[in-house]
Amino acid sequence: MAKNNWLTRMNDWLSDEEGALERTMEAAQEQEAAPDIEQLTPAEIRWAQEELEEEKRIEARMKDWTEKTASPAARVVYNLMCVLVCVTMIGLLLYTVTALPAFGDPNHPINNEVSARYIEKGLQETGAVNIVTGMILDYRAFDTLGESSVLFTAAMVVLFLLRKDKESAKYSQLAKAMEDNPHSDTYYEPKNDIILQKTATILVPIVLLLGVYVVLNGHLSPGGGFSGGAIMGAGLILYVTAFGFAKMRRFFTYKTYQRIVLVALLTYAISKCYSFYTGANHIESIIPLGTPGAILSSGLILVLNICVGFIVTCTMYCFYAVFRKGEL
Amino acid sequence: MQFVQNFPFMCILLTLICAVVTSVLKGRQARWLTMGLITAVTAMTATVLVYTLQTGDSYVYMMGHFPAPWGNEIRIGVLEALMMTVFCFVTLFAFVGGMVPSIREIEKSKYNIYCILVDLMFLALQALVYTNDLFTAYVFIEINTLAAAGLVMMRQKGRNLVAGVRYMMMNLVGSSLFLFGISILYTITGHLLMANIHESVAALAASGEYKIPLTIVVAMVTVGLAVKSALYPFEKWLPGAYSNATPSVAAMLSSLVSKGYIFLLIKFYVRVIGFDIICSMGVLDVLFIFGVLGMVMGSVNAVRAKTTRLMVAYSSVAQIGYIFAALGLRSEIGIICALWHSAAHAATKSMLFISCAEMDDACGGTHLRKHLCGAVYHSPLLALAFALGAINLTGIPLLSVFMTKVTLTQAAIEVGGRHMAIILAAVAISTLLNAVYFLGTAVNLFTPTKEGDEVLPPTVRKNPFTAIALIGMIALNIAMGLLSQPFLSALAEGLAKFA
Repeated sequence: MAKNNWLTRMNDWLSDEEGALERTMEAAQEQEAAPDIEQLTPAEIRWAQEELEEEKRIEARMKDWTEKTASPAARVVYNLMCVLVCVTMIGLLLYTVTALPAFGDPNHPINNEVSARYIEKGLQETGAVNIVTGMILDYRAFDTLGESSVLFTAAMVVLFLLRKDKESAKYSQLAKAMEDNPHSDTYYEPKNDIILQKTATILVPIVLLLGVYVVLNGHLSPGGGFSGGAIMGAGLILYVTAFGFAKMRRFFTYKTYQRIVLVALLTYAISKCYSFYTGANHIESIIPLGTPGAILSSGLILVLNICVGFIVTCTMYCFYAVFRKGEL
Repeated sequence: MQFVQNFPFMCILLTLICAVVTSVLKGRQARWLTMGLITAVTAMTATVLVYTLQTGDSYVYMMGHFPAPWGNEIRIGVLEALMMTVFCFVTLFAFVGGMVPSIREIEKSKYNIYCILVDLMFLALQALVYTNDLFTAYVFIEINTLAAAGLVMMRQKGRNLVAGVRYMMMNLVGSSLFLFGISILYTITGHLLMANIHESVAALAASGEYKIPLTIVVAMVTVGLAVKSALYPFEKWLPGAYSNATPSVAAMLSSLVSKGYIFLLIKFYVRVIGFDIICSMGVLDVLFIFGVLGMVMGSVNAVRAKTTRLMVAYSSVAQIGYIFAALGLRSEIGIICALWHSAAHAATKSMLFISCAEMDDACGGTHLRKHLCGAVYHSPLLALAFALGAINLTGIPLLSVFMTKVTLTQAAIEVGGRHMAIILAAVAISTLLNAVYFLGTAVNLFTPTKEGDEVLPPTVRKNPFTAIALIGMIALNIAMGLLSQPFLSALAEGLAKFA
């Protein structure tokens, strides 16, 4: 359709023609299917009632527990002890810091053969101009593999705890339907804020591009997978805040998340399998280092940066989405 | 380099790959993949154990093209392979044994995440046992903490969520203390590789430089890892986490997660700082005192516990107390005793958790100790496994924990003085209390119900998986008891090459 191409849309937007917003941005409220109580089967109603009662019981018990278990005197003692422990800890750490070698001292113990080789031979051995990237993705790639797995672990735990699956979503809707207030919290969130949307239209592409640049240039300039991924994640979060989940879901669903993380972590793990195996068995690696400074250089580092970037992006967005709405 | 030397690295990467692949699988496939993975890793680790026992030496495996102070490396010797083999068997049996209850208790659509977290916990355990680099250790401590906290919350009941949050908070305190510790250590030595730190620390200790930071480092790492492995005054997170989690998780947390941290602490003492320097610092005295307190207080709490699972959970506090008290004796036999008890307790406690959870369900879903009366008549295998674990932990000759008590007393007598008196008294009191609650419960299982007693019908059917796993666990426990001498001498041999 000619009307939907970007040139028309930009023209409309620039000339402030009416309807520009409706065509390009999500106008409709996300309607929730609030089930009609009369259509429910008795079993479903019973389940929902039990769910509600359980929730209320837990709330009441928590309240009881926090109020009854601690007497006011015990609470004062507890607070005093907290302050005491914290102050002792802070004092101890400050005292330790005074005994440490001075910052910037040329004879500092960390100025040893380890950092010397990173700085002097880093470029030659890893092919990465940015020696920090060379260090974390080549010299100490195993640690970084572990760090990526930390993100994966955290994402899995958060998804487990907060993601609504079909069944629990249905029942929580039922439970809501039994109460006076049939909508979830997200229903009342302000939508289609024009200022936010206009700003996001300009900012999101720039932020995403910057993120891609930081990831792809990770071996040449300051940056890399972690920082670039964080930028891209922020871009996605800005997009979803401005335009809503329905639009986001056109290109990014739970499945997309799963696939990207699967491919990225598998690529990382398998390529490192190769280099660990060849390294430990003293086999020459066939991966060329390329010309230092060129975009296609430094062997596996570029690939690994892209993988890490994807993992960080997806994890950041996943945290935001699951904490806000309970699904991707 | 021989091909078998690649196995530890392959196990680690294979575990990670399986964890990642599991994220797109459905419950049933995820289950079988995880089971297959643990079996494969167990077989490979056992092969490595045979290899290291033959060579008797430990070797370093480079993770990448750069040798150690620059790149990462792992180090495998008799001690690491031996402990890891026991841990692998325990993981396998705990996972299989609690499989049917876990299917019942965990949301169906999220079952694969349970398998992922088991894989990740297993990955972290392997990495903690093999690593030769303090920062790698920290990274995998993080994975271990997150995965374990997720596992505690697997049954999404109110109690589990509270226990999970508490677990997370306490463990984060532990992790951050550990992180502070290793950053200060890096500042004063300039290294993260254990061997290099050892050299620098020896030089620092000889010259008397940086004495305060070094003491603070040892204190922080010790307290951090002690919080994470539930040494007595920090054990408040333990009972809730262990007694409410699904049986597999309780078994794995009590026998693997906490043992991984203890193994790391021993590695920190022996390989990183050097045991002589640690002995001159007085931190071991603190561990000794709290270990002894834990031995007694854990048992006292266990006697007072109303439910079987809570009792078994509190008994873990007592057993962790044994390990730390043994470490606090400042002698080589003490360390060997601590290592041996880590393995023995892992094998026994997992069996107790699996069998007592199943037995609760077989006795009408009760959790109270008194309702287990006569359990042997309708579920003989469960009762047998529980009774074996119970008499083992009480310390009956021919079984594994008896050897702990023997070596512990031996070590104490060697040290002599006040330590000897305290250990002898603590072992006596703790054994007595063990007998009260464990033998009391075990005897209860074999007592017929009286006329007019309420007998609850079983809530679940018996399942072959638990039965197979329990038979495996019984075999493992008996084998460890009978082979305790060769096991202990292998530990001694491994410890000599460990530093």
